[in-house]
Amino acid sequence: MRRAASFRGFYAGTVSPDPSLVRCHVVTGKGGTGKTTVAAALSLALAADGGSVLLIETEGRQGIAQLFDTPPLPYEERRVAVARGGGEVKALAIDVEEALLDYLDMFYNLRRAGRALRKMGAIDFATSIAPGLRDVLITGKIKEAVTRRHDGRPVYDAVVVDAPPTGRITRFLGVTAEMAQLARSGPIKTQSDGVMAVLRSPQTAVHLVTLLEDMPVQETADAMAELTAAQLPIGSVVVNMAAEPILPVDGLEQAAAGRLTGTDLSPALTAAHLPGGDGLADALAAEVVEHAQRWAAQDALRDDVEKLGRPTVELPHLTGSMDLGCLFELAGRLEEHLRDEVERADRGVSIGARNERGAERPAAASGDVA
Amino acid sequence: MTAAEPVTGEPAPGRRPARSTTRTTTPTATPLDLAARIADPETRIVVCCGAGGVGKTTTSAALALAAAEAGRTVVVLTIDPARRLAQSLGLEELDNEPRRVEVPEADGELHAMMLDMKRTFDDIVAAHSTPERAEQILANPFYQSLSSSFAGTQEYMAMEKLGQLRASDQWDLIIVDTPPSRSALDFLDAPNKMSRFLDGTMIRLLMAPSRAGFRFASAGFMLFSRIVSKILGGQLLRDISAFVSALDTMFGGFRERATATYELLRRPGTWFVVVATPEPDALREASYFVDRLSSEGMPLAGLVLNRTHPPATTALSATRAEGAAEEVQESRADGADLAAAALRVHAERMQLATREQHLADRFTSAHPEVAVRTVPAAAGDVHDLDGLRVMGEALTGPDADTPTGTPRTRVLPARRG
Repeated sequence: MRRAASFRGFYAGTVSPDPSLVRCHVVTGKGGTGKTTVAAALSLALAADGGSVLLIETEGRQGIAQLFDTPPLPYEERRVAVARGGGEVKALAIDVEEALLDYLDMFYNLRRAGRALRKMGAIDFATSIAPGLRDVLITGKIKEAVTRRHDGRPVYDAVVVDAPPTGRITRFLGVTAEMAQLARSGPIKTQSDGVMAVLRSPQTAVHLVTLLEDMPVQETADAMAELTAAQLPIGSVVVNMAAEPILPVDGLEQAAAGRLTGTDLSPALTAAHLPGGDGLADALAAEVVEHAQRWAAQDALRDDVEKLGRPTVELPHLTGSMDLGCLFELAGRLEEHLRDEVERADRGVSIGARNERGAERPAAASGDVA
Repeated sequence: MTAAEPVTGEPAPGRRPARSTTRTTTPTATPLDLAARIADPETRIVVCCGAGGVGKTTTSAALALAAAEAGRTVVVLTIDPARRLAQSLGLEELDNEPRRVEVPEADGELHAMMLDMKRTFDDIVAAHSTPERAEQILANPFYQSLSSSFAGTQEYMAMEKLGQLRASDQWDLIIVDTPPSRSALDFLDAPNKMSRFLDGTMIRLLMAPSRAGFRFASAGFMLFSRIVSKILGGQLLRDISAFVSALDTMFGGFRERATATYELLRRPGTWFVVVATPEPDALREASYFVDRLSSEGMPLAGLVLNRTHPPATTALSATRAEGAAEEVQESRADGADLAAAALRVHAERMQLATREQHLADRFTSAHPEVAVRTVPAAAGDVHDLDGLRVMGEALTGPDADTPTGTPRTRVLPARRG
């Protein structure tokens, strides 16, 4: 059984509040927030229970191949993972030159001439003189994958895009504005208008990945303002690498205020016959204070994230290196989040009410530090 | 400690050690003495580079503050600072000129500026053409797009601004933060790529029709021109052509300027500081960059390994701390829960530090000649002068001056100490 229907109604953004089918998930975030990892985990989440998902890499860094531990991806859709219930994730790393050749072939039947031009360095030149051309080609490919049909039904239940960072996302998705400026007429303009129709529709959601740090949260807010102005639909805010507190609540509060010393710890340590005495107790206290302060600094930013007013999901900080097991763990959390969003939409919970209720927060996060 | 132990095999600078060297221990990184580098009157330029998101801007600002406090007249050229950091440096407005930052009790002076790439580009145009021509160029849609969004414009303009600051000779020391590109190499590659583009054959070919003869107009070019206008629309081609004709007088200039600044980076008095976080991707970028600097003959001061998590004690390993946590919990003594949690915090910290040290060791194995300084992560964001001062101390303080005595080349002490 195909499971696409189970995500029907996933949050559709400000463009159209009607719950409908989101099939194009664009994942962006400030550099270093782990958007590639989130995009990969999201594609696994969407593939669970038999979905067919395409994961698209746009920045030519082969991050997807590294995550899934496969050889570098060619410009072709390749299976990189299977999910439960016969679901599968295919990945595609877009090569701009190849995409331009496709384009010349598709619209002008000019593939051979295109190859000759590539030899002259002309394609490199063409993508350089019109900075938006790259984005037009990439978003064109995304649109093609989203709308591709076979035997009357979509080939992919969902397309997940590992998109450029927050600083570039609106320009990347909003190529029409730039192209309209540069190419006031011509097929490129027609093509980019067609792409915008898909990207601005309720079947697209732009998800923003952030960390609980000043800069990423600020950039997320900036990007949301820009996306809204460009009428692009905003999906969820994904808080990545959130630290989970190790301390009991009262200790956390005390430590964050810097009121924890070795003397608070040493009796219990001595009772357990730990060597090192007061020196050890003081050192442990110092580490606990730092842990608590770091956690408090992160927690303070949860309010800022909540103020963004979007559905929010937190992913834990996984220590150790990222492997397929970790990806599935993160995918599990995202799957739950997607399901919750669908249920809320189905129950007819309005966006405003959802925002009032606020973002999902781990139990320990509520009201202990504030 | 083993910090001063010489590297075995004495590899030639910038070369990897011979494969035949059998090594039983991981090589020891040499200490990075940034205090001496920034205080040295011979040092005129420090370039901080590395992958995006590793803390280049904060590192540049912290080094600049430390240098000002060491008595030098410093300017820090930042590219895209976090808002609160920019405010603390008095950079609310972006006016493309250095501004003095008040640092009480500093012997020297700290100036800061934020790069405005469009304005820098406009200034070059204005300086190299007549007012009428400049106006023509500035109004051209193609120029507007080129000057604000061409991939590489930011790097090219950062390079240009650095050249200008150096030429003005107003500062003892210029510290440059590099643009937040995906790859650290972009800073070195983009200016050349851009000047090649502006001075290149293709753009001259495009100009050809607007000039007298059609000498360049081979069949290939006619085809090219037809396709470009087909794809991009004829208007764009006309814009480019007008832009290129207006720019005619500046041809050659772009490449010359880029080359001159590039050469500046090779001169004595310039030092590169590569910044990375203890993450595989950031260290891979750092590795590429180190190789590139050495093949270009550019001077590398060393690697700043930013945001490490050294534990406050190394007396207890992660495994023993986990065991002890269980024991304390079972003892049910007063405060057992808190003490057990503290031991778990330590266990996690030790695991993290071990991973970070392992990554640092791998880097040093590949680049034994690169000096290293680790900088512990702050508990929150660095956004004021006090925060920068703390980071500055971690960057420039004596190598062995840490609470645990672990040298600042490392996250954890060497096993055979």
